[in-house]
Amino acid sequence: MQLYLPIADLPINVFLVLAMGAAVGFVSGMFGIGGGFLMTPLLIFIGITPAVAVASVASHIAASSFSGAISYWRRRAIDPALAAVLLCGGTTGTALGVWTFTQLRALGQLDLMIALSYVALLTTVGGLMFSEGLRALMRTRSGVVPPRRTHNWVHGLPLKMRFKRSKIYLSVIPVVVIGILIGFIGAIMGIGGGFILVPIMIYLLRVPTSTVIGTSMILTLVTMLFATMLHAMTNHLVDAVLALILMVGGVTGAQFGARAGQRIRGEQLRLLLGVLILAVGIRFAVELVIRPEDLFTIREIGSTG
Amino acid sequence: MIARALAAALLILLAVTSAQAERLIVSVSNHRVTVTPNYSGEELVLFGSVEKDASTPADRTAYDLVVTVKGPAADMVTRRKERTFGIWINTDYRQFLQVPSYLALFANRPFDKITSGEIARRQQLGLNNVLLTQRVGTDYADVVPNDVFRSAFIRLRTQRGLYREDASAVTFLTPTLFRTGIPLPAEVPIGTYRVEIKLFAGGAFVTKTETAFEIVKVGFEQFIATAAHQHGLAYGLATALMALMTGWVASIVFRRD
Repeated sequence: MQLYLPIADLPINVFLVLAMGAAVGFVSGMFGIGGGFLMTPLLIFIGITPAVAVASVASHIAASSFSGAISYWRRRAIDPALAAVLLCGGTTGTALGVWTFTQLRALGQLDLMIALSYVALLTTVGGLMFSEGLRALMRTRSGVVPPRRTHNWVHGLPLKMRFKRSKIYLSVIPVVVIGILIGFIGAIMGIGGGFILVPIMIYLLRVPTSTVIGTSMILTLVTMLFATMLHAMTNHLVDAVLALILMVGGVTGAQFGARAGQRIRGEQLRLLLGVLILAVGIRFAVELVIRPEDLFTIREIGSTG
Repeated sequence: MIARALAAALLILLAVTSAQAERLIVSVSNHRVTVTPNYSGEELVLFGSVEKDASTPADRTAYDLVVTVKGPAADMVTRRKERTFGIWINTDYRQFLQVPSYLALFANRPFDKITSGEIARRQQLGLNNVLLTQRVGTDYADVVPNDVFRSAFIRLRTQRGLYREDASAVTFLTPTLFRTGIPLPAEVPIGTYRVEIKLFAGGAFVTKTETAFEIVKVGFEQFIATAAHQHGLAYGLATALMALMTGWVASIVFRRD
């Protein structure tokens, strides 16, 4: 069934997009992530311009993280104080990100920056996850217990605050900085940032695993809602029809993914996720390096009335 | 808009009638094309006939016809990628000013057989002869047909089905009765389209006439596009709310405890 997307300005097959939403939803449910880093590239791949893809995926991620956040809230697996401090940085970062997005678009370098950001971020994060996953897998094979982690330099910073539910005592500086960072790249790249945020919170901030995913979902939810609003107001690029199809597919797929994820061991799951992230990053890198099929592109700048 | 275009067409028709021996009578199958959410392209049909009168030279039997369809004008930028530091980056660009967003040129036989190169240029017959104004520094001018940006621009528009040239699209059903199809792809821009029909005989321009049709988007889809562009804040709020609703509904539907 063909449907014309009003903002993306092209006809798409509803079932194709629904299936893509479900597939990404499955993966995101399996790994407990938003899935933006897969959704945005897939949309670009089927011919939607990077700008519209980024702006529309933001609302899709908001929907999936909201349904996730509700269930974590019921289980009291969210730290409200930590989420609030993260959000101070997150909203600032999102606003900065959308502003940068607008500037880059005017310069005609937005698509390049989106691709470059994907390469840099995904190959780094994917590579780290992959090697970490491999090491963890080998440790369990050889039966060596990993050394217990101690405090690091982050815990020596001033302006400390007590986060009761997470049972940690931590400076607000790194938390706000991380919030800004995630908000910024999220708005430019159309990702929720969960797959970066969760490892950072675990390894750097020592947030316990009981609250880390729920709390990161709150940050994703609010920054993505904010990004949707800002993209809609400044660039008029949010395609609500596209977003709705993605949401419906995504939240459904996520349920099945979550069930599948419970059957796989943690280390293997992380290894798989690392491979997946790495693969998307490499795909973008290849696209940048090989000679494009067409060196020319056209963009309309005046309104057609 | 239509009324004005029709009035203009009628005026031209009248002016032409008094001066020329032939006159053209044309009509398009639909003057108002509505693009609905499941619109996937359509073809309009242009019909017409060449009316002769007493002053028409008796030996004039074969006619040639060129139909030009122009969509609403818009400004566009063509960018070129170049390899910099091993990756392909947009470097150079040209701005095309008020060029047609849709352009179709149809004829009953190749343009160079219809008339001389000089007349073809003056009458803007063929994609190579159509005026496409570029901003070159502070100047406004069209460039030579083989300019890389110009030809890339035409090639890309042609790939999307928005620019087309077909020297066999016009068919004469009888020596004076003709028809041509005007294909409109799915991503056709909305607005008023001007259709210009030029008649040639023996390599010389004889007469021309104009008509117009309009493409409008209707329904939910157009409502969304308008809302997004004119009420950004409300649209953003509505989209955000929709996201929350979907998430909430999903958490109820799939609740496991």
